[in-house]
Amino acid sequence: MTRHDHDHELEVPAGWGFVETFDRRDFLKLTSTGLLVMLTIEPVFGRQEGARQPGGRRGGYPSDPNAYVHIGADGRVTCLVGKIEMGQGAMTSLPQLAAEELNVPLTRVDIVMGDTDVCPWDMGTFGSLSIRQFGPVLRAAAAEARAMLVAMAADRLQMPAASLEVVDGVVRSTADRTKHASYGELTAGKRIERRLEGQAAVEPVSAYTVVGKSAPRRDGRDKVTGKAKFAGDVVPKDALHARILRVPAHGATIEQADVAAASAVPGVRVIRDGDFIAVLHPHRDEADRALDLVKATFTKSPSTVTDETIFDHLVKTAPAGRAAAEGGNLANGEKLAAQTVEEKYLKGYVSHAAMETHSAVAAVEDGKVTVWAGTQTPFPLKSQVARALNLPEDKVRVITPYVGGGFGGKSASQQAIEAARLAMASGRPVRVVFSREEELFFDTFDPAAVITIRAGLDAQKKIVFWDYTVIGAGERGAAQFYDVPNHRTFVRSGWGGGNPPDMHPFAVGPWRAPGANANAFARESHVDVLAAKAGMDPVEFRLRNLTDARMKRVLETAAKTFGWTPKPAPSGRGFGVACGIDADTYVANMAEVKVDKATGRIQVVRLVSAQDMGVVVNPEGARQQMEGCLTMGLGYALSEEVRFRNGEVLDKNFDTYELPRFSQVPKIETVLVPSSDQASHGGGEPAIVPMGGVLANAVFDAVGARVRQLPMTPARVKAALA
Amino acid sequence: MKTITFMLNGSARRLTVDETRMLLWVLRDDLGLTGTKFGCGESVCGACTVLVEDEAVRSCMTPVSEVDGKKVVTIEGLAKDDRLHPLQEAFVEHLGYQCGYCTPGMIMGAHALLLKNPRPTRAQIVQHMEPHLCRCGAHVRILEAIESASAAMAGGAR
Repeated sequence: MTRHDHDHELEVPAGWGFVETFDRRDFLKLTSTGLLVMLTIEPVFGRQEGARQPGGRRGGYPSDPNAYVHIGADGRVTCLVGKIEMGQGAMTSLPQLAAEELNVPLTRVDIVMGDTDVCPWDMGTFGSLSIRQFGPVLRAAAAEARAMLVAMAADRLQMPAASLEVVDGVVRSTADRTKHASYGELTAGKRIERRLEGQAAVEPVSAYTVVGKSAPRRDGRDKVTGKAKFAGDVVPKDALHARILRVPAHGATIEQADVAAASAVPGVRVIRDGDFIAVLHPHRDEADRALDLVKATFTKSPSTVTDETIFDHLVKTAPAGRAAAEGGNLANGEKLAAQTVEEKYLKGYVSHAAMETHSAVAAVEDGKVTVWAGTQTPFPLKSQVARALNLPEDKVRVITPYVGGGFGGKSASQQAIEAARLAMASGRPVRVVFSREEELFFDTFDPAAVITIRAGLDAQKKIVFWDYTVIGAGERGAAQFYDVPNHRTFVRSGWGGGNPPDMHPFAVGPWRAPGANANAFARESHVDVLAAKAGMDPVEFRLRNLTDARMKRVLETAAKTFGWTPKPAPSGRGFGVACGIDADTYVANMAEVKVDKATGRIQVVRLVSAQDMGVVVNPEGARQQMEGCLTMGLGYALSEEVRFRNGEVLDKNFDTYELPRFSQVPKIETVLVPSSDQASHGGGEPAIVPMGGVLANAVFDAVGARVRQLPMTPARVKAALA
Repeated sequence: MKTITFMLNGSARRLTVDETRMLLWVLRDDLGLTGTKFGCGESVCGACTVLVEDEAVRSCMTPVSEVDGKKVVTIEGLAKDDRLHPLQEAFVEHLGYQCGYCTPGMIMGAHALLLKNPRPTRAQIVQHMEPHLCRCGAHVRILEAIESASAAMAGGAR
C-alpha cells in the first residue's frame, strides 16, 4: 500500500480544466474583453540547465513576454503556458500557483498549454523545470494581475488599495465588507492588455492556502473515458496515414526502391522526394501493407560496434574531457589513504519507450501549416518545421495535445517534421505515428557509460580521495557530495550532442535525469564498496562522510521509514541504500531485495524514497512522480538495455525490450521531507537517480556479489556470484 | 471485402471492409473511436485491449472478421449516460494513471477480469494485468484502483 493522504477532493467540476481544442478564434474571443497580463521577467534557472540555452535569449527566454494570465468578465482565470502535459501533472499544479496568487478558487482557473499561437515562448518541458523555473514566472504574472485588479478596485470603490483584500476573486474593504468588486465586475466590458516588467510581491509561503494541498488532477475524466486526445487521435477531415521507408541500420542508405507494387494498390499514394519515400492511405493498417510492398535495397552500415563491444569503443572515441569538479590534491589524498579501491562501472543504452510512439498530424490551410504533435518542445519544433519547409515562422503553428509519456524522448520530434513535409507535398492532412520498431530505432537513447572510480579511506574510515572519470553519461549528477578533501570529477563527453560523430552508433539524448542515473549508480556502488572495506554499515558510513544537512536529513528519514538497523554488508538481509541530488532536490532511496542464486533473478520486495524538494505545490502529484521514478528505475537497473549490431537495433518491440511489469513492482513508500525554507525544486526526475545504486547495493547485501554493470540481468548476477 | 455485423458498445454496426484488417484500425480509422490506443502492433503491450464477448482481446492483432456477429465493448462504451463505470471512478480516485495512454487498455483489461472474477485477490489481479505495460510507473495505484472497484461493485455499485 502506497502511503498517501486522501485530503484532496475528488470531484472534478464539469467543464473545468484543459482547453484542448483552443483555436485562434477562441483566443481572440477570450481576450476580446477582460484583463490580459503579459509579463516579462527572467526566470530563475536551475544551475545546470541555464548554461545550455540557445544564444541570444535571456536565460533561454526571449525578451517577449513569457507569461500570460487572463482574467475574464466571468471572473475565470486562464493561464496560457508553453509547457505541455505528458503525465507529470503540470496542468494541475501550475493553476494552483495562479489560484494562490490571485486568491481565487482553483475551480475558477483554466489552463492552455503548448500551443505556439496563443502561449508565450517556452524552450520545452524537461529538466523538472515546470514548477521550479516556470512556476515563479507564472506566480509573478498572477501577482501582477492581482495588484492591477486591486488598483482598479481602489479606483472604483474610492478607497486606498492598502485597505482592500481579495477573497475568492472578490476585492473588498477590510473595514466594510459591503464595499466590494469582483474580478469579473472589474474587467467586464473592458479590454485591458498590460505588458509588465515589474514584479509585484508574491505571497509568502506561510500564507499559502492552495499551494501545498493535493489538488485533483484535471485530466482524470478524459483519460479514463478515452476522450483524452493524443496527437494520433487528432483526425482532420481527409487525413491520410503515412508510413515512411526506413533503412534497416543506422548509417545505411537506400540504394534503390521500387514503389510500383505499392502504387498499384487502390487508395494508396506514394510520395517520393529523393530518398524520402512515403506511402499514404486513409487507414493505418493499409498503409502498413503498402509499405511492405515497397522493394528496396540498402547500403551496409559502416558501423561495426555491438552492445558488447561498445564500452571499449566509447573509451577509444570519447573526447579528452575536462575536470567538472576539483578540490584538494589527489596525490596527497593517495598518500593519506590506508586502503584504496578502484573499480569500473558500466551501463548500457536505454530507451525512453513511452507508450505513445512519436505521433503527429499536419494540415496546411491558406499557406499555414498546423502540426498537432506529441512533443516536449513545441516552440523549438515550430522553428524546425519552418526551416524544413522554408516557411516564415508565423506560417507554422504547433499544438500539443496530451502527450503519452516523454521522459526526454519527445524533446526530439522528427515525426512532426515528416508529417509537415508530407502534408505540404500531398495537399492533404497527414498523420505520422511511429511503429514500435521505428520508435526503438529513432529514439535518442540514454547513452551507454563507462565510469572508473579510484578512491581511498584513511584509518578513521573517512574518504580521503576520490578520482572519478565518466565517459558517455556526461556531467549531470557526476560531482559527488560527500566530504572528500581531495577529489576530481573528470567528464569526457556529454549525454547529448557535441560528441565525436563516430562515438555512439545512433542518436543519444536526454533520458529522465540525463546522465545522473549512470553517475549515481557508479558513485553509490563505490561508496558501498568503501563501506564494506571499512567494515561499516552503509548508512553509518555515509553519515560519517557527510556534512550536508539536507542530505543527512533525507538519509536519516529514509532509514527511519525503512526501519534500517546498522549492519555491515553483506548482511544477508538484502538491504540497500543510495542517495542523489538532482534538479536541486535531495533524495535517499532504500530497497529490500531477494536474489535467487540459481537463476540470478532479482525480486525487489520493497522500496522507500525520502525526498526534500523544497516547497511542494501538489503533494499527491509529487508522490505520483516519485512512485513513477522508482518503478521506471527498476527497468534500467534490472532489465532494460538496447541490443544492437552494426547499426541495427535488435530490440524491435516489447517482447525483447523488457519494461517493468506488475509482478516486478514492489511495495513502495514515499516520504516528502518538509522543507518550507527552500524554493520549489524539481520533482519529475530526482527519485529515479539512485535506482541503479540502491538495487546493486541491496544485491550485494543479499548475496555478497557486486554487480558492476547495468542492467543487472540474471546472467550478470550469476556471473558476479561465480 | 466482406460485410461484418457486430454489436459495438451496445449499438448494431454493419461495415463492409477488407475482413483481414485489424479491429484496432477499423475502430480508430473507420469508426472514429480513438480511445483504443496503438502501442506495439504485436499484442505485447495491452494498450489496444477491448472486450469481445466479454473477453479481453488485443485489437491490434484481431482481424475484424473475428468479431462478426459478436459483442464488442471499447473504452467509449464503459460509462453509461455520463455516469462512470466503478473502474473508471476508481482509476480517477486512486490516480491510477499519469500520461493516460495505457489507461483505456488497463481499464478494459481489468473490466474483463472483474466480469469473470468479481473479487480477485491481489495476486490474481497482478497475474491478469501482467501483459499490460505502463511506462509512467502507475502500477501500484492501478492495482489499488482495481481492488477498490472490485469492492465497490461487490457492494452494489456498477
